[in-house]
Amino acid sequence: MSEPLLRVEGLVKHFPVRGGWRTPALVRAVDGVDFEVRAGETLGLVGESGCGKTTTGRMLVRLLEPSGGRITFEGRDITHARRGALRPLRQDLQIIFQDPFASLNPRHTVGRIVAMPLQVNGIKPAGGVKARVRELLELVGLNPEHYNRYPHEFSGGQRQRIGIARALALQPKLIVADEPVSALDVSIQAQVINLLRQLQRELDLGFVFIAHDLAVVRHFCQRVAVMYLGKIVEVGDRDDIYARPQHPYTRALLSAIPDVNRLGPTGRIRLTGDVPTPLDPPSGCRFRTRCWKAQEICASTEPELVPRDGGRQLTACHFPEKGDLA
Amino acid sequence: MPGLPHQRVDDGPYLRVDDLKVRFDTPDGAVRAVDGVSFAVDRGRTLGIVGESGSGKSVTSLAVLGLHDPRRTTVSGEIRVGGRDIVGRPEEEIRRLRGRDMAMIFQDPLSALHPYYSVGRQIGEAYRIHHPDASRRQARQRSVDLLGRVGIPQPAKRIDQYPHEFSGGMRQRAMIAMALVNDPDLLIADEPTTALDVTVQAQILDLLADLQAEFNSAIILITHDLGVVSQVAHEVLVMYGGRAVEHGSVEQVLRRPQHPYTWGLLASVPSLRGAADADLVPIGGNPPSLINLPPGCAFHPRCRYADRNGDRSRTDVPQLRQVQERGHLVACHLAEPERKRLYAEQIATAGADR
Repeated sequence: MSEPLLRVEGLVKHFPVRGGWRTPALVRAVDGVDFEVRAGETLGLVGESGCGKTTTGRMLVRLLEPSGGRITFEGRDITHARRGALRPLRQDLQIIFQDPFASLNPRHTVGRIVAMPLQVNGIKPAGGVKARVRELLELVGLNPEHYNRYPHEFSGGQRQRIGIARALALQPKLIVADEPVSALDVSIQAQVINLLRQLQRELDLGFVFIAHDLAVVRHFCQRVAVMYLGKIVEVGDRDDIYARPQHPYTRALLSAIPDVNRLGPTGRIRLTGDVPTPLDPPSGCRFRTRCWKAQEICASTEPELVPRDGGRQLTACHFPEKGDLA
Repeated sequence: MPGLPHQRVDDGPYLRVDDLKVRFDTPDGAVRAVDGVSFAVDRGRTLGIVGESGSGKSVTSLAVLGLHDPRRTTVSGEIRVGGRDIVGRPEEEIRRLRGRDMAMIFQDPLSALHPYYSVGRQIGEAYRIHHPDASRRQARQRSVDLLGRVGIPQPAKRIDQYPHEFSGGMRQRAMIAMALVNDPDLLIADEPTTALDVTVQAQILDLLADLQAEFNSAIILITHDLGVVSQVAHEVLVMYGGRAVEHGSVEQVLRRPQHPYTWGLLASVPSLRGAADADLVPIGGNPPSLINLPPGCAFHPRCRYADRNGDRSRTDVPQLRQVQERGHLVACHLAEPERKRLYAEQIATAGADR
């Protein structure tokens, strides 16, 4: 087996909260996460708000400094690499943001926005910057003649394409896409997913695709990691996760999605309550406060993320579910 | 000046909207946000209004509640709530209906709740406005009851907390409690679960269904999510460019859709079933600008079948007409047999979701 493109081991991010009179508290946003992404592979990072998926993504591109653990990219430890050492890395590792309205500078033309990564990294493409930018705009399905327009002249879907063109400018090997389609209308969302799929195949890009929508992830990712309260609870190949999930949380998440192909109320697993606060996560298994199978051992011993009951995926649960989903 | 009657006994639908038009005059020209939409909702039934941004679905609901600023908005047509036409009625009169006979649940509970007042005070205020004789204690008791009814644990304690002390799902429950405090007959929910996580969304949708069964209220659910519609709606209205393009029972619209736009929406939704590696089938292009709506059928620039009628799709606005099946209305120039054939041959079998 070849060396993975990206390896994440025991990644931790704690945010200190300046509390009141008590000792300063810690928000355990990401609390020990391990995964790998091979070249050209797409990994989906899914979970509900507050599970730490965005924080993880931001640490990967080093927009946030990890509190602990290790990130290795192509064999190099980049966990705490400094600015200078990061520069070559930035070429290989890019990010696409969720909000296409906030992530583009309204005072810059599209041409300037897409050319910025080239300029910052002092790259002079053969044929000139302008030609390269036109090529990129065309690649993401925009009219290259719109080079001199400003972001406000574009719709949400087109702006997201601009963000994608910018991420592709340096020919990265891995792209972290943080909810790239969740701000878009349904019909536009499908256009952008298809575009990302096509680019992924043609350019053999690796992706860490962060999303809360499991249906979207199913159409884009080969492997899927499900996060809950700062930890990965289940990770494996797409078909294993969607057809025979073992973690009760994954099952609950899948059955909560309203499916347009089924009319009327479905036999859902009903989770009660909310996700607990990451300031003071439950002991043992973090899902136990909402889990219908929880026993004493779930409160005392944290389940390890290992293969269980002959499943091909890794599951962190003492009482994994069995069998295929209906 | 005679006021609106308190409640007229009426056998027909609780809400009837006829040829509703809403126009905003802007410096760039007139925006026809809603252009001739009609629908009705019975007690105990849920109408799902589906559309993308700019389709006019939220503007429609604000018109029903009389929330448009008359200085900037021209509303015409008829909106009958419990038998009373409210279009053009003075603000004073509509205010007496709003909150008592009809109430709204907004998308973002954090911006719809006031951060400065406790949750209980806000719910109690909504109650006392319509029950001027009620004492503070009665209003408080009523608020506690409702918070408990919508599933907030320890309501007597939570009532004195502020919105920021509630989680997203709890806030949405508090807002539902506030909407229900006067037992409204009509509840309008505008994207009530869009800001919520999917496990919490499931809880809120269940709650709305339970409450409807208990109070027999008419509900309008506005959403872009066809999955949500398929789960809770009885009837569906699909809007595009300020007009209704398809209308019927949830079975008719989602199982036997006849409008190419509805087909497009269904095919572009990623699903948990079917081939995961198949490309989604998006609708090309972008939703139209309401200032400069395409002539003829507003959907024609994005429609794959627009050329099958000569120039008709480009020149004539298609009327919403009943198809063979009773209660199913479609606004499309294609002939019905052709629509059925196209759906059976190209749509029902293709796409990633089947």
